[in-house]
Amino acid sequence: MSAAEANGGRMERLFWGAGSAVVVIYALLPVAWIVSLSLKRSADLGDNRFLPDVVSLEHYATVFRDPQFSAALLNSVGIAAISTLAAVLLGAFTAYAIVRLEFPGRRLILAGALAIAMFPPISIVGPLFNTWRTLGLYDTWAGLVLPYMTFTLPLAIWTLAAFFREIPWDLDKAARVDGATALQAFLHVIAPLAAPGVFSAAILVFMFAWNDFLFAASLTSTDHARTVPAAIAFFTGSSRFEQPTGSVAAASVVVTVPVIIVVLLFQRRIVAGLTAGAVKG
Amino acid sequence: MSRRAAAEHRLAWLLCAPAVIAMLVVTAWPMLYAVWLSLFRYDLRFPDQRQFVGLDNYLSVLGSGTWWQALFNTLLITVGSVSVELVLGFVFALVMHRALVGRRLVRASLLVPYGIITVVAAMSWRFAFDPTTGFVNALLGLHGAWLAERWSAFFVIIQTEIWKTTPFMALLLLAGLTLVPEDLLRAARVDGANALQRFFRVTLPLMRPVIMVALLFRTLDAFRIFDTVFVQTRGAQGTDSVSIVGYNTLITRLNLGLGSAVSVLIFVCVLAIAAVYIKGFGIDLSRREDS
Repeated sequence: MSAAEANGGRMERLFWGAGSAVVVIYALLPVAWIVSLSLKRSADLGDNRFLPDVVSLEHYATVFRDPQFSAALLNSVGIAAISTLAAVLLGAFTAYAIVRLEFPGRRLILAGALAIAMFPPISIVGPLFNTWRTLGLYDTWAGLVLPYMTFTLPLAIWTLAAFFREIPWDLDKAARVDGATALQAFLHVIAPLAAPGVFSAAILVFMFAWNDFLFAASLTSTDHARTVPAAIAFFTGSSRFEQPTGSVAAASVVVTVPVIIVVLLFQRRIVAGLTAGAVKG
Repeated sequence: MSRRAAAEHRLAWLLCAPAVIAMLVVTAWPMLYAVWLSLFRYDLRFPDQRQFVGLDNYLSVLGSGTWWQALFNTLLITVGSVSVELVLGFVFALVMHRALVGRRLVRASLLVPYGIITVVAAMSWRFAFDPTTGFVNALLGLHGAWLAERWSAFFVIIQTEIWKTTPFMALLLLAGLTLVPEDLLRAARVDGANALQRFFRVTLPLMRPVIMVALLFRTLDAFRIFDTVFVQTRGAQGTDSVSIVGYNTLITRLNLGLGSAVSVLIFVCVLAIAAVYIKGFGIDLSRREDS
């Protein structure tokens, strides 16, 4: 390699390295900002500075003393977990049928699921609101689980189908020939192969339910089923004169930290899930 | 048809039935119900006055300035955010593709905006641009109240959307980049193509399908914008999106008839956007499932 070429390579590395640094700072800036805001004393909230002068945990104390916030946290975790379980289970049945079985209507189901993925949730909020009031589902966990499960089913079906296509299903037959029972073959051969894809789909579904605000704002009204995004959004609106900026910031940090941990632990699975349906197809 | 095939069909339908029924009951049926409701004067505060009015609700929505302004706002936010996201997403994807050190770090930090709750992201940016609590004015030496003026409020809303969703675009485009054969790029380099020519003549054309799918999904997603506008302006200063108008009519004012007309019109807009992409730009979504 000539000196000029080595130099060019170093310049290129430097260029992409600097680019990486900019991307990382841009992505993390609002998170750093809200963390810093949550650690300011109430008196310092209006000091227009990025970092706190004195670190204080007073807003965290306020947030955890607030029964509304702990109720919202419990609702969010519960509702998102149940929706995820339901969507992944039903999605896995459907994806298995689509990948492994020949039947008329395969394409129709995939196309229908795709249509629902593009569907605007606002369009069904009114009817759901009206129906849920009549059926007693308004402001209940089930009232949110149903739309979350449905709106994530397309994601679950497409992602799982993309992963299931890659599984060498014939290994199952080989295990059976070697004397394994159907259940053993499934548990020891197929399940471990399918698990990563199922897990990817589950994370994406959970994130959708955890993030939703429109359904939560429209179909809940009290601590009974109000989730974190709605609690945080309406928290601010409660007082016209004194903005609870510090509490909102602290609550935001509390619900963001788990997301960051999940992202750091499972980034490969998340990226695989995100791109499986869209690129491999 | 053999008995074996018949049994296979039965099993397949049995496996698909729960998901298909759920999707029909919770989306298709409410959509039809919305169409039905949109034909009535139906205000939950005056339920006794429920009355069939034909297309009157549509006429009043389409005859109101609110709807057209909201539609304009929504299209502005959609075009503004998606076009910047495409460019920025490409830059981020190239950085991840080419960076040798810190690639995992970049990818992990990009997943943070993707994973963070939209309401939280909107709050963080709102506080950042706020003249009392924020640091942005101090940093730029400005004094304005960004969210109290229409165009600066749009700037804050659009840039929040860009921050939140560029990672999705970047990760899809990165997946597309890895499908471009290195040999082809090397061959182009040997033939004397510079970096820009290689990008525009080799990489971009090969990535067209991935780009179009990413654009379609992001456009439809951006058109539904609700959370960010709700948190940052609640639609004040003439910044409401169509979803905000729908929510205000249905849930705040409990006018199910008029609100359902708004809902149906939003659905029609989404269909139109999807049709433009699929027919106009020739995205073949159905082919992908068999490849």
